[in-house]
Amino acid sequence: MDLYLPIANLSVNALVIIGLGGLVGFLSGMFGVGGGFLTTPMLIFYGIPPTVAAASAASQVTGASVSGMMAHMRRDGVDFRMGGVLVAGGIAGSLLGAWLFRLLTALGQIDTVIGLGYVLLLGTIGLLMARESFTAVRAVRGGKPVRVKRRRHHPLVAALPMRWRFYRSGLYISPIAPLLLGALTGVMTMLLGVGGGFILIPAMLYLLGMGTQVVVGTSLFQIVFVTMASTMTHSLTTHAVDLVLAVLLLLGSVVGAQFGARFAVKVKPEYLRLALSLIVLLVAARMAWGLGIRPDEIYSVQAP
Amino acid sequence: MRMPAILLLLGVLILRAGPAAAADPQLVPDVSQSDIEIRYSFAGETILLFGAILYPDRKLPDEDVDIVIVLKGPSVPITIREKRQIGGIWMNAEAVGMRSAPGYYAIGSSRPISDIVDERTAAIYELGLHNLQLSPTGFTSPDQLQRFETGLIDLNRRTRIYSEDASAVSIREGVLYRASMTVPARVPVGGITAQTFLISHGKVLAVASRDITVRKTGFERFIAMAAQKFGFFYGLVAILLSLAFGYAASAYFGRR
Repeated sequence: MDLYLPIANLSVNALVIIGLGGLVGFLSGMFGVGGGFLTTPMLIFYGIPPTVAAASAASQVTGASVSGMMAHMRRDGVDFRMGGVLVAGGIAGSLLGAWLFRLLTALGQIDTVIGLGYVLLLGTIGLLMARESFTAVRAVRGGKPVRVKRRRHHPLVAALPMRWRFYRSGLYISPIAPLLLGALTGVMTMLLGVGGGFILIPAMLYLLGMGTQVVVGTSLFQIVFVTMASTMTHSLTTHAVDLVLAVLLLLGSVVGAQFGARFAVKVKPEYLRLALSLIVLLVAARMAWGLGIRPDEIYSVQAP
Repeated sequence: MRMPAILLLLGVLILRAGPAAAADPQLVPDVSQSDIEIRYSFAGETILLFGAILYPDRKLPDEDVDIVIVLKGPSVPITIREKRQIGGIWMNAEAVGMRSAPGYYAIGSSRPISDIVDERTAAIYELGLHNLQLSPTGFTSPDQLQRFETGLIDLNRRTRIYSEDASAVSIREGVLYRASMTVPARVPVGGITAQTFLISHGKVLAVASRDITVRKTGFERFIAMAAQKFGFFYGLVAILLSLAFGYAASAYFGRR
């Protein structure tokens, strides 16, 4: 079923896009991440212009994360104060990202930056996750209890001036740390179309030292608001959000996410994390391959 | 279906042309559709271009005529970038600007262009992809320019935005001609000029043109317009839609 995308200016097979959304949604429901890190590269492989892909993927992440966020809110699993600081940083970051986006497009390097960004980000996170989950799986198999590291925030975070109390997270730290973290994910959302959950969660755990019971909910809270902000920023600056594409993706992903969440209950979390890390590494490898080999098209055209 | 109409028109024009007409033959072109509407299922379109060659003073039809049809979309300034391997990564390096590259160009003829006209004439009338007047800016050497032009043409040929077909036009008895040409899905919105050239013995005898409008209609047009002009509301709608989808799915599946 061919459908014309009015912003991307090309026709796509609607079922393929819905299926792609469903697959990403399934994975995002299963692993508790937004799934933008899969959507954008896959749309690019499919032939959607990178700008439109990154701009439209953000709204899919909003849709996939909102139900998770609501579930966590009901369980009182969101630190609103921490979330507010992260969102404030995230919005600032998405404005900075918009500026970077325009600059890089003018220089003709946006595609390379998107590609490199994915390789570096996903490669690093994937390797860290794979190592961690592999040890966990081995420990579980051997019947040994997994060593729980004592929770504490990073010395760099402790060195920052001005301290706030974040009761739900059980923290007394400077708001500058989560503000910067939020800004970083805001830039990433704008440039790469990712929600940033897979970098936010480890950073909240290991850099800020937040309580585990509020980490996922607060990260989803931040992702929902920052992807909304980035959808708006894209609508105002690049005009590259394709509503038809976004609706197709949403259609697949919100349904897929529900099934993924159900499936996740049946599988041991260590195996889930290992599987997620392998997928992340696979995407990184594919992106790296795309940067390293001679592309099909040496020439590209940019209209102003 | 429309052939009888064109024959009638032909008859009327012959009567009207009379003895006062110039000595050169004239063209009466028409297209099967003067409007291409991009709708949700648009995947390109094939249009039929046809017409008649009018010979003044009841001259007999010339068997040695050729028809060349050029479809050309709106010209826009573009930047062509060339990827090169830098530090193991293929990235954009050099760039050349072109002041006027047609967003769509298709040329159809009854024989290869090089058999119909000489290079000079082809260049004057911009017949053929290699005769496009791209008006380059900021290039450093003719070699580089050549490379970029070839790159652009090659790229657009594969996406079928540019095409050449030396057997698209068929001429019947030197009087009637017809050609079917494809407009690809990626055609830019705007006006297409369909120019028909009548050529005999290497000389362009007559040129006639018709306009075809390409526009998005209905929903597609509304979306494209809203995205450009009402960014805030467009963004708001995108956000509300994504929230509604997420909420609806969790509400629906939560109940079961």
